[in-house]
Amino acid sequence: MRVERLLVIACGALAREIVALKRLNGWSALDVQCLPPELHNRPEQIPAAVQAAITEARQTHRNIFVAYADCGTGGQLDAVLAAEAVDRLPGAHCYEFYAGTDPFAELAAAEPGTFYLTDFLVRHFDRLVIAGLGIDRHPELTSQYFANYRRLVYLSQSPNESLRRGARKAAHRLGLEYAERETGYGDLANRLAATVATIEPAAIGRRRESIAWHH
Amino acid sequence: MSDEETFDLNSLNDQELIEQVHDDLYNGLKEEVVEATNIFLSRGWGADKVLNDALVEGMRIVGIDFRDGILFVPEVLLAANAMKAGMEILRPLLAETGAEPIGKVVIGTVKGDIHDIGKNLVSMMLEGAGFEVINIGINNPVENYLAALEEHQPDILGMSALLTTTMPYMKVVIDSLKQKGLREKYIVLVGGAPLNEEFAKAIGADAYCRDAAVAVETAKTLIAARRAAAH
Repeated sequence: MRVERLLVIACGALAREIVALKRLNGWSALDVQCLPPELHNRPEQIPAAVQAAITEARQTHRNIFVAYADCGTGGQLDAVLAAEAVDRLPGAHCYEFYAGTDPFAELAAAEPGTFYLTDFLVRHFDRLVIAGLGIDRHPELTSQYFANYRRLVYLSQSPNESLRRGARKAAHRLGLEYAERETGYGDLANRLAATVATIEPAAIGRRRESIAWHH
Repeated sequence: MSDEETFDLNSLNDQELIEQVHDDLYNGLKEEVVEATNIFLSRGWGADKVLNDALVEGMRIVGIDFRDGILFVPEVLLAANAMKAGMEILRPLLAETGAEPIGKVVIGTVKGDIHDIGKNLVSMMLEGAGFEVINIGINNPVENYLAALEEHQPDILGMSALLTTTMPYMKVVIDSLKQKGLREKYIVLVGGAPLNEEFAKAIGADAYCRDAAVAVETAKTLIAARRAAAH
């Protein structure tokens, strides 16, 4: 039976943040289903993965929202979402919806050679960046990957000293200047709040908080 | 013989050595590829034959396995580095032959984008296929493209972008060419991870090139078609 609850199909890189927002705002009618964050490194696979998740979610939820930006799909994700009449987060990628479109454009214009980290990417830097790019096995590739980068900007959502230390260490490892900008949850919070608000209040029921992972 | 045991590449006959180079390229073994390149030359092989049969064919195999998800970016980079090292030996020898390039290409990454790994791979494969390639680097505004086209008078303009935010700039370049009445003078090829054929068509490019091998084949095909139409 389909329910009036809202299912957010999310990039795994946003799981912690969405759960934090859910708790903070008491969004009890919001369910979260995450896709593997490793898709970040294979964006061409994102549209099909989201399509499959939506098809499955139609069995259980009337309201679906996709917590992805374009994420390097070059409009292919939008084509899927248009056919399904499902909305997504604004912008090109998570850096943009965290920082805000105009501030992010200013950051990128000021230094095109900027490598961005979020809280998630700081936590999983070794796995997704170092191992994901094969730098752990071939350290000599570091200079090739990052030859044109000048700085690393840590766009922080809920920073603490441990994360800042990790981000600075990442910048040092890649040989980049370091900067930090505290963005908070940015348009992730704004857009989820707007979407939750569209659910009829009568449909909002208490439910045990859960998060599902699909692999 | 164990995998770890070294052996003399010179002890292999030509066919075995070809296959060994393909394996060594696949495994990103730069020193071995350089050694084999020199062995072929010492056996009297022409530089073009070494390039085509050993290096280009080896990278073609790498490209297929990358496309099919068997190899990933790090492995392709290592293979490309190995091929590049072999090509550096062959380049002066190829120049000495005085063979005419099959076409000329100006290629660069668009404004706001500093990614060049894919573009450099395409450049190398085009060069390996016999094109003269003028690589104008990264973060190129329209003015850079126009200046390079004016200076080098190529057959093909290649543009690359890795970011969803920078790929629309390709249309800015193409629209500038149209405004100046230059669009039909050049074949325009575009590539980069977030692009697709629909995008290429929408911005007015001649073709989208999914990978380096497709870029080479597309460049050859479109140049041949253009030359045939001119006669």
